[in-house]
Amino acid sequence: MPGAIYAEGLVKTFGDVRALDGVDLDVPEGTVLGLLGPNGAGKTTAVRCLTTLLRPDRGRAVVAGIDVLAHPDQVRRSIGLSGQFAAVDEYLTGRENLQMVGQLYQMTAKAAKARAGELLDQFNLADAADRPAKTYSGGMRRRLDLAAALVVSPPVMFMDEPTTGLDPRNRQQLWEVIKQLVSGGTTLLLTTQYLEEADHLAHDIAVVDHGRVIARGTSDQLKARTGGERVEVVVHEREHMATAAEVLRGFGKGDTTVEEHTRKLTVPVTGGAKLLAEVIRELDTRGIEIDDIGLRRPTLDDVFLSLTGHVAEAGDEEDGADGASGTPADSRGRKRKKETVK
Amino acid sequence: MSAVTDAVPRPARPNPIGQSVRDSLVVAKRNLIRMSRIPEMIIFGLIQPIMFVVLFSYVFGGSMTIGGTTDSGVYREFLMAGIFAQTVTFATAGAGAGIAEDMHKGLIDRFRSLPMARGAVLTGRTLADLVQTALTLLVLAIVALLVGWRTHTNVGEVLGAFGLLLLMGYAFTWIGALIGLSVRTPEAATSGGLIWLFPVTFVSNAFVDSDQMTPWLRHIAEWNPFSATVQACRELFGNPGVSTSGAWPMEHPVWASLIYSALIIVIFRTLAVRKYRSATA
Ligand SMILES: Nc1ncnc2c1ncn2[C@@H]1O[C@H](COP(=O)(O)OP(=O)(O)O)[C@@H](O)[C@H]1O
Ligand SMILES: [Mg+2]
Repeated sequence: MPGAIYAEGLVKTFGDVRALDGVDLDVPEGTVLGLLGPNGAGKTTAVRCLTTLLRPDRGRAVVAGIDVLAHPDQVRRSIGLSGQFAAVDEYLTGRENLQMVGQLYQMTAKAAKARAGELLDQFNLADAADRPAKTYSGGMRRRLDLAAALVVSPPVMFMDEPTTGLDPRNRQQLWEVIKQLVSGGTTLLLTTQYLEEADHLAHDIAVVDHGRVIARGTSDQLKARTGGERVEVVVHEREHMATAAEVLRGFGKGDTTVEEHTRKLTVPVTGGAKLLAEVIRELDTRGIEIDDIGLRRPTLDDVFLSLTGHVAEAGDEEDGADGASGTPADSRGRKRKKETVK
Repeated sequence: MSAVTDAVPRPARPNPIGQSVRDSLVVAKRNLIRMSRIPEMIIFGLIQPIMFVVLFSYVFGGSMTIGGTTDSGVYREFLMAGIFAQTVTFATAGAGAGIAEDMHKGLIDRFRSLPMARGAVLTGRTLADLVQTALTLLVLAIVALLVGWRTHTNVGEVLGAFGLLLLMGYAFTWIGALIGLSVRTPEAATSGGLIWLFPVTFVSNAFVDSDQMTPWLRHIAEWNPFSATVQACRELFGNPGVSTSGAWPMEHPVWASLIYSALIIVIFRTLAVRKYRSATA
């Protein structure tokens, strides 16, 4: 039985670019799938095919139990889409934007008005409700765009890079909104370049690269593929580093790495939290004062690297798109990882 | 699976024409609100035709021969139908730019993901442009009256002329819609919507008497859809510029104007709606 979002062998080419090269997806009802991939991987194309905006060259898609290619009109009644760039009319107020969308979802003017009011409250936009959207900040626009996608509480939602271009505070806020939404049982397909975001929001992750799904699983499963966990310790006194290294060697399953200037020691381990407690006790017994200690599991950055052999580098910058896709976290991640590659 | 399908909000399917009208009006309202918040666009849209009225009547006024006279008052009356007609065609650029901007900003994607009537986004836009054109025309008519333009027929005929002008303006906005969907930026849509209007509106009977053109240009001018509307307006206003041409559109300008506008709407609406359905930003 296919899930709320189901795709099989989706292919879409633009000239000689194979934007989708046989994508299969299956998102069980009420879960969140994170479609994770670098710029140009084909995420937007996949979303556009699933939301009836684009006809795939080949393949099949079923959304909310309805065949997308055969009955696009019916699919549109059951989905909400928040595209890669906030699609709000800047000259309309937030309220007018939502009312319009409600009416175009075939609500009566009165119902659309009432619903707009509810959403503005829910998305913390009530104060700005009657100002033109062009006075909104990036985060506010994003929230308005998301609210527009939720006007009819659709059972299936698509969000294309919902937090790209937002500062960390706004991103955090939006994550809360999304979490709340999916706790209500909405099925969500979310694309992101932020590895952390997929980790945070999605039950399952499909990693896409060059129009193909190259790995899928829970965040934990994907992390496990890149190797085990490790203990990281930051000691307080530099002169304690040698002793600490000795302690860690006793617990570790491999070489201990030592970073002198940050007073940080790392060692691969197995045994999880229980082992961590033992390490702490042993360090304590030896009188080593620690600033920080933790069990680190691989990040999704590491996952991407181990899967593709390259870091999640940006493809061609999206044609004609405004520079909003410049992704701070992406370039941050990239710089860090470049060193790992060598 | 039934759990999913049950949750689907599926309003009773209204009749498709009713839905189409309703959706178009929702979009038209949105565009009118937009326009009202960018008044400078409306003002710039007025300055140019007003400038033309003044420049043409006072600069060319004394040197143009219309019906055997160079009287500048005669030319002024002859001219107005031409300027009215040219002004309504400029709505093409506005419609094109508006739709290109909606594409660029991702609004077209949003609309296309909604269960709304096909074509309503474009119909709504063209209807809003029609309202703006009507307002522009009203202001322009007042300016024309101030510089001495007069009609010499009954109210019905004068209103009929304005009706033909609006119909042509509406038809041209569908050309603009197609241009807007075909280009990548609003700027390109503006120039793409304007450039071809200059030959179309100048190789016509709008500003000069086409009877005096070289034969091949005259044929083009006489069969130019734009000329038919200009000629129809002159007749309906009772303004000078009676055509002595035997070309069918010049002998039956009202019919020709109606037929041309209807044809343009049918052809360009079909093309634009088809383009809209496969539009990609
Ligand atoms: N309309 C289009 N015309 C031509 N090429 C396109 C079009 N849309 C996407 N592409 C190309 O398809 C590939 C995938 O793009 P996209 O789906 O936007 O990736 P992502 O959303 O993951 O960044 C890219 O190489 C992109 O340049
Ligand atoms: Mg994208």
